Order: sequence, then structure tokens, then C-alpha cells
Amino acid sequence: MNFVYHVEGGDFTNAGSTSSQVKRMLKKIGVSPEIVKKTVVALYEAEVNIVAHAYRGDITVDLEEDHIKIVLDDEGPGIPDIDKAMQKGYSTASQKVREMGFGAGMGLPNIKNNSDSLNITSEVGKGTTIEMINYFQ
Amino acid sequence: MAVDFHHALKFKYDLCIGCSHCTGVCPTSAIHVDDGHPVLDPNRCVDCGRCYVACPVNAIYIEQDDFQTVYDYKYPVLLVPSIFLAQFEEKIRERTILSALLHIGFKYVYEVEKSVDFMKEYLRRDMEGGNASLEKPVISSFCPAIVRLIQVKFPVLVDNIYLSKAPFDMTAEYIKKSLTEKGVKPEDIGIFYVSPCAAKIAAIKSPVGEDKSPVNGVINMNYLYSKVLRVIKTGEYKMCDESVRFHRLSKASITYPLTGGETKMLRTGRNLAIDDIHNVSEFLEKVEDEDIQDIDFLELRACDGSCCGGILTAENRFLMIERQRKRMAKCSEEVDAEDNDLLNYFDYLADKRHVSVVEPRSMDKMDDNVAAAMQKMKRAFEINQNLPQVDCHLCGYPSCKALADAVVTDKAQIQQCIFVQRAMEHYDLMTPKEAHDISAKVWGAKKTDPTIAKNLNL
Repeated sequence: MNFVYHVEGGDFTNAGSTSSQVKRMLKKIGVSPEIVKKTVVALYEAEVNIVAHAYRGDITVDLEEDHIKIVLDDEGPGIPDIDKAMQKGYSTASQKVREMGFGAGMGLPNIKNNSDSLNITSEVGKGTTIEMINYFQ
Repeated sequence: MAVDFHHALKFKYDLCIGCSHCTGVCPTSAIHVDDGHPVLDPNRCVDCGRCYVACPVNAIYIEQDDFQTVYDYKYPVLLVPSIFLAQFEEKIRERTILSALLHIGFKYVYEVEKSVDFMKEYLRRDMEGGNASLEKPVISSFCPAIVRLIQVKFPVLVDNIYLSKAPFDMTAEYIKKSLTEKGVKPEDIGIFYVSPCAAKIAAIKSPVGEDKSPVNGVINMNYLYSKVLRVIKTGEYKMCDESVRFHRLSKASITYPLTGGETKMLRTGRNLAIDDIHNVSEFLEKVEDEDIQDIDFLELRACDGSCCGGILTAENRFLMIERQRKRMAKCSEEVDAEDNDLLNYFDYLADKRHVSVVEPRSMDKMDDNVAAAMQKMKRAFEINQNLPQVDCHLCGYPSCKALADAVVTDKAQIQQCIFVQRAMEHYDLMTPKEAHDISAKVWGAKKTDPTIAKNLNL
């Protein structure tokens, strides 16, 4: 089963609605609570990243019997150094943003910790594509 | 699969007028209408009692044990929540109420909140002492309707439930132990808990995460209220001696059954108290979505006004809360073991306070087989897209979505939707008589009797 959700950059009111809908589907098909939880954590983080940093993006959800594959494709500034961004605590956020409690550099590491397979590609000035897979067993 | 939930809420079909108000207010969509009467899905119902409140003809009742069983025990003990007293007007003194209870036949009367100082101590140790094994936000297990709500509706959060028994369980354990030490035979002790709600009754009859409750019987709070008031009004009791009184309780103990009673005990962290099951559902949905983070402790209670809003309380909840607060103002911050003997039993109770892991039992799962569940989910999605989204209840289900789910799980037929009926009639796929018969099956022959048209001179 395939679903596509659109996300607008800057629309914080609706941030998280895709992960909420995906959560409901996973519950309906009887995926274990632990796997529902980690999928929601990873997807929520990635979804909010689009809202916070990109201009817009599409989230394609491919639900299969034994796994879920989610592709988040955004138009945005892109990530200059993915390896660095994957390090815990690394953040491009300014001191001011950090003082507000954001940009602690936990985003991508958190997505990685909560997905079985993660692939990130990015082009500076164009956008980022995140592909994550979680297995149900 | 765990044993079925026990439900304390029952329908009286002879009184039911088939209005379906109960279906609309249910937070878990557990009720649908068939043959003119509500039918409860036992795997969804959490005994919150919203249907009981909504019913205009009192066709829902709460089961209780036969009161006569109190007299089967040599030492019948009444375990009563402090809010029981808050039901009575101020001019009726505590000692009068106690005298009436003793007159009715109880040998001892204990307030449930005797164990609150114990609960406080351990909650603080866990929350403020940084117990790393706790999943944040830690969710209080005090309200059994909430524990069941999480099991069925928010299974992702079951590991967040604080695995501690409720105060009534701890006080019951203390009563058994302390009376046995005084030489009373355990089999002679009968502990009767006075319940303000259906959920507590259900929790005693089939405890979650606990083998057997130490409570021997349950008495509905409104029933006992009437019984006590009757004794007082007729003056048939003997006023007990000055020395016989309710035990002194700390301020925290009296606040405990009110909203905020648990969070107030904690001195550090982000702790929130939310009451009303619909408010709780809204909040937990966001916690499950990860939309709300960094909360340490959640005190969640199914009733508006917490236990004072319990469906079995006899007085208006706002007045009860006011009386409870007045009583609290007169209490001291701390009481010592002379006032509350339970404080001598901390170590004994500490061993007994834990419950085992709470199992998820998702109500949303459409099939045990993932592939089949996916097919059903897809089909339900397609059906729902073609339904009017009016949520008119006329199909017997609380919403279009609920009907779609019921259709794919073979519990209902799509022709129950009156919009679908009209569409089918339009294409001669169904006769008006056939449509009428389908609605008659949902709403019963009486409500769908065609002579209504004649009665209205149409």
C-alpha cells in the first residue's frame, strides 16, 4: 500500500500529522507497540526537519506485510556534510537557537537509532532525501 | 491472550429506549446499536462510565456485590475513599457518619488514603531519585479506566505505566496484616471497598497486572451513601464514643483523590495532571505521536473532577471538591505513626506494591494476520471515502469510520448506511421495503414501525 503526504516548510501547526497517520495504520495492522514507537520517533523527527529547515517536501509511505519504507523528499537547503550531521551533538544551529532549546544535534542520530535501515542523500541548495525502512519482525 | 476484561457496566434492555446517546459519548467507540439496543464490545470498553452519564432513562447500571455478604464475615471492614465523607452536608459530622457505618455492621472503618503517605514516599523515590528503569513520561496507574484506555487505545504507551498498586490495594494489605497481628484470623476479615466508579469495580474483579485483589467485596458509593443517610435521618444509630474517630490524615492524603493530588507530591520535574477521559485521550494521542515530549510524570484521571466526578458519587462534584478542600485546610502537613499506624508497615508494604507488566491489547488491530489486516484496512479506507462523514449514528455505529471498520470485519453491512440505501434505491438495487427492513434490524421493530406515518396523519 502506498500513500503520499505533502509537508509545507514552516507549517509547525501540522508538523507530525504524517507520523500520526502512519502510527494509526501500523496499529490497525497489528505491528508490535515497540516497532510502532520507533517508527513514529524516526518519522516524527524527519518530518519536523522538513518543516523546520526545508521549503516543502513529500513523504511517500510504502507499507508492506513485513516492513514499512518511508521516503522523505524535500526541496531545501540540503546538508553539506552528512557524516558530520550524523554525529551526536553536531549542529549547525546558532548559539541563539540553541539557547532556545533547539538544535541540540540529536535529530539525525535519533532517526538512525530508530530505523533498521537509513539512507540519506543531499544536494546543497536543492534538497535532501531520507529513506528509512523498519521491519516488523 | 489475556483473560477478557470484566465490565461493571451493564445494560437494562427493558428500560432502554434505543436512543443511542451512549454510542456517541464512548471514548473508545465500544458501543453500537443492534435490534434497538446498545451492544458493548468487551475488548474496547474501559468502564469509564460516560455512557452511564449520557443515558436519559437510567438503563445502564453498575453491578455490585450483594450487601448481605458483609455479614458473612466475623470482622467486616469498610475501606472507604475519603471523598465518601465529602458527599454529606457540612452539618452532618464525621463522627455521625462513622457511627452510622458501625451501626450498619462494620467492625472497622478505614479511609483508603491512609496509604497515601506511603505512596508519596515511593513515588518521590522513583521520580526524584532518578529510577532509570522508568520510561518517561511515567503515567500514573491510579485510575483503572486510564490503565485500560492505554492498553486498548494507546498500546505504544503501556511501558510508561507506573507499575504500582493503587492506594486502596495498599491500605487493604495493611488492614489484613495489622488485624492478623492483633490475633484476628485472616479468613474472618472481609474487606469491603466503597467504589466511586465502575472502573474501580472492574479493576477489583479482574485486576490488571495483579493476580487477585486483597479486597473481598465492593459496595457502590451511592448505595452506601443512601444507606448511611437513612440511618442518620431515622436516628436509629448510637453515637460512638469520642475516642472512636476517623484516623488523622495528612494534607497530601486528602488532596490525593482530587485532580493534581499526585503531581503535587512531586517537588521536581515537569508533571502534569489531566482529568476527563476525552482530554486524556487527546493528550495521550500527542504523547504517542511524539508531539509532546520531555514530560516526567502524568497524573491522568478519567472523570472530570477526578474521583469526585465518579459516576457513583451521590453529590455534585464541585461541592464535593469544595468540602474536600475545606477538610484538607484543617489537616496538618504530616502525621506520625500514632495517628496513622500504617506508617509502621512501610517495609511490609514495599514488597507488595508492585504489579507485573501491563500488556497492550490494541483495539485497532483488524486481523491477527498482517496481510489480512492490511487488506481490511485498505478496504475500510475505500469504504469510508464513500460514506457521507455525517456521523449520524443511523447505521447503529458512532461514526462513518466505525461503520467502515465494522463492515470489513464482518460485523455490519454497508447497506446499514441510509445514504447508501438512498443511492441503491436510486439505481433500483434496493427496494424501499428492503431499506426499511435493514434499518428495522438496527433500530428494532418498534422504532421503525410504519404506522408512525399514519399516527402523524401523513
